[in-house]
Amino acid sequence: MSNQDIKKAASHVTQNEWLIFERSAAGKQAYQLPPSDVRVVDPAEALEPELIRMEIEGFPEVSEVEVVRHFTRLSTWNYGVDTGAYLLGSCTMKYNPKINEVVARLEAIADAHPCQPEEISQGCFKILQHLSQLLLEITGLDAITLQPAAGAHGEQTGLLLVRAYLDSKGNPRRKVLIPDSAHGTNPASASIAGYQTQSVGSNAAGTVDLSKLDRLMTEDVAALMLTNPNTLGIFEDQIRSIAEIVHSRGGLLYMDGANMNALLGVSRPGDFGVDVLHLNLHKTFSTPHGGGGPGAGPVAVKQFLEPFLPVPVIGENEGGSLAFNYDRPQSIGRVRAFYGNFGVLVRALAYILANGAEGLRRTTEDAVLNSVYLRKRLEGTYDLPYSAPTLHECVFSDKKQARLGVHTGDIAKRLIDYGFHPYTVSFPLIVPGALMIEPTESESIQELDLLVDALQAIAREAEQEPETVLHAPHYTRISRVDEVQAARRPILRWKPATEPRPT
Amino acid sequence: MRYLPKSPEERRRMLEQIGCDSIEQLFACIPAEVRLSGNLNVGPGLSEPEILDYFRQRAAENGRGYAYFLGAGAYDHFRPAVVDSLISRSEFYTAYTPYQPEISQGTLQAIFEFQTLVCQLTGMEVANASLYDGSTALPEAVMMALRATGRSRVVVARSVHPEYRQVLKTYLQHQQTVVDELPWQESGQIEEAALRERLGSDVAAVVLQSPNFFGVVEKVAAAAPLAQAAGALLIVMITEPVSLGILRPPAEADIVAGEGQSLGIPPSFGGPYVGFLATREKYLRSMPGRLVGQTTDARGERAFCLTLATREQHIRREKATSNICTNQALCALMVTIFLSTYGKQGLRELALQNLSKSHYAAERFRQAGAQLRFRGSFFNEFVVAGLGQRPRLAQRLLEERIVGGLDLGRFYPELAGDRLFCFTETARREKMDQLVRICTE
Repeated sequence: MSNQDIKKAASHVTQNEWLIFERSAAGKQAYQLPPSDVRVVDPAEALEPELIRMEIEGFPEVSEVEVVRHFTRLSTWNYGVDTGAYLLGSCTMKYNPKINEVVARLEAIADAHPCQPEEISQGCFKILQHLSQLLLEITGLDAITLQPAAGAHGEQTGLLLVRAYLDSKGNPRRKVLIPDSAHGTNPASASIAGYQTQSVGSNAAGTVDLSKLDRLMTEDVAALMLTNPNTLGIFEDQIRSIAEIVHSRGGLLYMDGANMNALLGVSRPGDFGVDVLHLNLHKTFSTPHGGGGPGAGPVAVKQFLEPFLPVPVIGENEGGSLAFNYDRPQSIGRVRAFYGNFGVLVRALAYILANGAEGLRRTTEDAVLNSVYLRKRLEGTYDLPYSAPTLHECVFSDKKQARLGVHTGDIAKRLIDYGFHPYTVSFPLIVPGALMIEPTESESIQELDLLVDALQAIAREAEQEPETVLHAPHYTRISRVDEVQAARRPILRWKPATEPRPT
Repeated sequence: MRYLPKSPEERRRMLEQIGCDSIEQLFACIPAEVRLSGNLNVGPGLSEPEILDYFRQRAAENGRGYAYFLGAGAYDHFRPAVVDSLISRSEFYTAYTPYQPEISQGTLQAIFEFQTLVCQLTGMEVANASLYDGSTALPEAVMMALRATGRSRVVVARSVHPEYRQVLKTYLQHQQTVVDELPWQESGQIEEAALRERLGSDVAAVVLQSPNFFGVVEKVAAAAPLAQAAGALLIVMITEPVSLGILRPPAEADIVAGEGQSLGIPPSFGGPYVGFLATREKYLRSMPGRLVGQTTDARGERAFCLTLATREQHIRREKATSNICTNQALCALMVTIFLSTYGKQGLRELALQNLSKSHYAAERFRQAGAQLRFRGSFFNEFVVAGLGQRPRLAQRLLEERIVGGLDLGRFYPELAGDRLFCFTETARREKMDQLVRICTE
């Protein structure tokens, strides 16, 4: 096995660690409560006897240092953006600034209770209002809700808005059109709003096929759900015509804002005909992905959809102080308790403030520059199925390597040995064997060059020693994971072992 | 810009290598008529001290140093220092969903532990990797019951968190589902006779919350056979899981779902929190959300990965069990660390302190002549009847830096003037005495 090409990473000793339950021994503790300043009640006296629990069977008993070592060790088995380039396409794994973590934890922000009186919530209101204003300026839209907890939640909210609006016009319609390059959440979200979905094929250039759209866009279609730039990284250059076709039949143009990182300060969805847009603050606006959440998926709309936004919205009292307004008769209702993932919203605001107009624009420029640079340097090595210019991400296929029996999933696993988090594998579905790469603006030219070297070396390995790629990764703590076994015989929780525990 | 790792010279070199004369040219694929001509009106970029200053000002406008006697779905519990210390490991918080298990075992094992802890706490057999929050866990649980039974009506107690019920209504508005409400009785618990009346062959689920929105503990063991005999699933919602340190778990239920905020997550003006959902093994394939399973790697070592994805949106698309994509992994990690820290003895002791503080406060209210609205057993929340008529009560409390309960009129017109209070382990006796004095003088 050759590894002289691996420049970015070297293996090092990592600690083993068992499950927290396997560290447990009766009587160990990691907590100490202050003594109670009131009489400690007898549960049997305060509660009816049949309501009382005797013990939580199986719960761990460990000391503080064991808790700390346990989770610290687990953390070292992960790869994060702070570790290195995280190439997942359409996920925008950019750097998460540290000051954002500090401000989200400030006293009176982190411990503000969602039901506390308005008088002591004015700072929170201002944060929500300021972020709203900035996001509207960035997107060119007129009104916004910050409530949705994630991108998919935003999609669902956006489609409920579409439906409420069309309902108010007397006909909700039945279908939503979704390009075949779309994210899987799009159809799943549409079905919650009660819509059937229909796929619109792409043309040879990788964009929406206008003639197909023209044919499918009937008076029964409520909306077209478009990702722009799409999941190939290509800007829908016919966007004006697309919008016109959709609007001329009384439909609405919904945009999935997953790829907004390509457009900051460059182009605004509100200016190219979009009626509803959801943003992913955990992508474009740098809030940490957290290993899979929390995120935030605000939905921005044109003015005519404003009456339908979820309750509450921020309003002003007579004296100029801010308050929540619940008196919204046409609202689609509430999409989650309280007001959204406030702590995430705080971080996104901090990010926008840090960048300013110039920084946001420069961010997008660098994100596109990085992606185009990678594309240019790799296009001889990997097959590029669509030749149209791309913005913040590009999609290669494994066509050349597949002939040798090496597929995108294998290349991804081998890339791990080279010290990178892989790209998105096998998506979008319209590219067989896709390698979908989004470097973001956070990568230096040095990191990009290492990535190019790695992908070129893996392409060579695919030709000269395919077994090395097929059985990768080789240098990780664990080797390739048996996902088939996990699904066939699901073990979804720990149970006390019958055999002796590890020592 | 300090977040961008490039020198002007490097940018120039990169442009040259890709054969572009200018940055502008990178965007030539965007039609000129939809390109922005001027600058965004966003202002100049701020330095770290300026950002800190901005948010400190907002914090000052909120005001600090308040004693919170307020729950209603978000609870003021002490968060052990290890929680923030450990979630600040950036390998946890700057990672994505663990699609590549070989470099995500930390997140995966932590979620596996979370799933286990939720099962142990709730008395259920399987739990998912988490949902957005408690309020969205309710419609997810209800839609799961609709799928599992093929029925179209749900019976929901009015004592379930009002905002959760609003979210349920939003989710179900286009799902051809009828929601029936279930009243409470004098004890604050559901009216069993009313439940019997509403049950029928079209009912998919009965939804209770325990402790319910008024803080009263429901008799889950009595409700379960009624619902199940009619072929419906019993869903028990929990917004205050610290209660499970001392209350019998709702093991008779078919689905237990709820909010994990009180287990180590800051109130943070309403989010981010974490929803949980647990059920019996036989309903596993109807479950929404991510699941982590244990397996082995090619060398036979224990390993974890995301599993049973065929239920999910990226495979099933419009036929998926939910449109949910990610979970709330970092918040689930807070819960996992919190519960590992308190452990078997600690959670019980913590629950006992909550129980003791709330019963102390209730006793003080009674001694001062106030009345509790409901007779049923409570954990750390209860409703004091008829306080709203007192002039300037809210003002007086704020002057003394007390956030004193929630007037129920906002959600239940018939309970206007009644106040819902919460007393956790953070409640100090003098402050509770002061609260009772102001409320009853």
